[in-house]
Amino acid sequence: MGIKKEDTGKNTVDRYVLSKRMDRMFLELSNVYAFVMRFFKEAFLPPYEFREIIKQCYEVGVKSLPLISLTGFIIGIVFTNQSRPSLTEFGAASWLPSLISIAIVRALAPLVTAIIAAGRVSSNIGAELGSMKVTEQIDAMEVSATNPFKFLVVTRVLATTLMIPTLMMYTIFVALMGAYVNVNQNEQTSFITYFIQVFDAISFLDIFSSVIKSFVFGFTVGIVGCYKGYHSNKGTEGVGKAANSAVVTAMFLIFIEELLALQIITALR
Amino acid sequence: MQKEKRPIDLNNKVITIRGLKKSFDELDILRGVDLDLHQSENLVVLGRSGTGKSVLIKIISGLLKPDEGYVNVLGQEVAKISGRELDRLRMKIGFSFQNSALYDSMTVRENLEFPLVRNVRNMTRGQTDKLVENVLDAVGLLRAINQMPSELSGGQRKRIGIARTLILKPEIMLYDEPTAGLDPITSMDINNLINEVQERFNTSSIIITHDLTCARATGDRIVMLLEGQFQYQGTFEEIFRNDDPRVKAFYNYNFTD
Ligand SMILES: Nc1ncnc2c1ncn2[C@@H]1O[C@H](COP(=O)(O)OP(=O)(O)O)[C@@H](O)[C@H]1O
Ligand SMILES: [Mg+2]
Repeated sequence: MGIKKEDTGKNTVDRYVLSKRMDRMFLELSNVYAFVMRFFKEAFLPPYEFREIIKQCYEVGVKSLPLISLTGFIIGIVFTNQSRPSLTEFGAASWLPSLISIAIVRALAPLVTAIIAAGRVSSNIGAELGSMKVTEQIDAMEVSATNPFKFLVVTRVLATTLMIPTLMMYTIFVALMGAYVNVNQNEQTSFITYFIQVFDAISFLDIFSSVIKSFVFGFTVGIVGCYKGYHSNKGTEGVGKAANSAVVTAMFLIFIEELLALQIITALR
Repeated sequence: MQKEKRPIDLNNKVITIRGLKKSFDELDILRGVDLDLHQSENLVVLGRSGTGKSVLIKIISGLLKPDEGYVNVLGQEVAKISGRELDRLRMKIGFSFQNSALYDSMTVRENLEFPLVRNVRNMTRGQTDKLVENVLDAVGLLRAINQMPSELSGGQRKRIGIARTLILKPEIMLYDEPTAGLDPITSMDINNLINEVQERFNTSSIIITHDLTCARATGDRIVMLLEGQFQYQGTFEEIFRNDDPRVKAFYNYNFTD
């Protein structure tokens, strides 16, 4: 009898905890939805914060260049070097530039750029807005009748949405150069021959879909960073958590989006 | 130091609050607050940490929504007006945050320009500069104009925070713990600044604090926030003539060491 009573009690508690957790999940989802909708509403309404947008584009774009350059170049070299043995086995070493070109343009460049941006930019935005939130700077903007969402969120999300496709094009270029260095060393292919093969292998749809994909990745990186920062909890550890959770969430979403994009593009092809 | 007596017009109310209630997660913070703020009056709200003092002024400025009650500021019901009306009302309210809340990616000049250029259209560069310099001069920190907030001391940050609100020529000032974390001498400077602002800009203010020196130096009237309600109001002497042990504890904690 006693045991039965205990069981009932425990079950009720479990169900209570579960329902609280579900409530919180749905609350979070509706918050995310409202946040994204607010972005679209405020992005198109004047006044526009042009100066801040330029500044954020610089932060996202120019400041990511060193890391993107290094990573892109090395990926080009390594990927080429690792692909060579399998192709050589089938006597198809001359296809190397085509293979590299397709892999970089279709998959590697968009993904690498987005992941680097998630690590560098999303966390940065999360920490920056998070610390503005906990030190009441966002409240201060609000009570002085200015619009913090417009100044902080719209500018950053626009910057990432515009700059990540741009960076992606740059990553393609650097990775192809890295690959060329390796190909030139091993097969003594000339610069012209290499690039003719590279461009022959890819189509307009390849470039186009990668650019579209990068717009989505860019939007994701910006909006996740801003959402996490804007909704960070009080206290200094809230800032760290916002930054960390921005990176994890942004990367997770980027991989999901990559999978979806793969389905769509395959269907189009 | 006791503040000089000022004539207060008791018929001219800028803030009226009745039966204000606010709770967070089943925790009742404000349990029926009634408050009147008169034109040109400095009202001090005394209370221990966590009693809901900041919540009160956040409701007045529309940062938080009340659960229940009537909150009227300058003739408008804060919780019921549209976003645009709220913005117009907020331009008449200056909010000095506990930790100053200066925008730390901007210089002092940019901090002051921020609300100005976004709210007052069609100002020339020269007019903006002039206004910025005027308010900085009013808080005695003109020399800090090109510095970053991180280079300033706590007292200086407080002053800049106050200057940033003065730039929109507010009718009401809300000070959240203006002397918290400052040494006694800097605190005294801030107290004097609060009184100067009251005289020079003819503002009505709510000053939230647990610092009795600040309360005595700046308050025309003092109310105590105890257990979610205002209890005991009057001048400093009137309040602390009281025998309520909670009031006594407050006094002893401040003035004995
Ligand atoms: N936005 C909020 N969400 C949840 N709880 C809050 C919020 N703001 C304040 N509180 C709680 O309300 C209580 C009073 O806070 P506050 O007004 O900041 O106290 P103080 O009198 O020290 O200024 C605290 O217990 C605080 O945790
Ligand atoms: Mg407080």
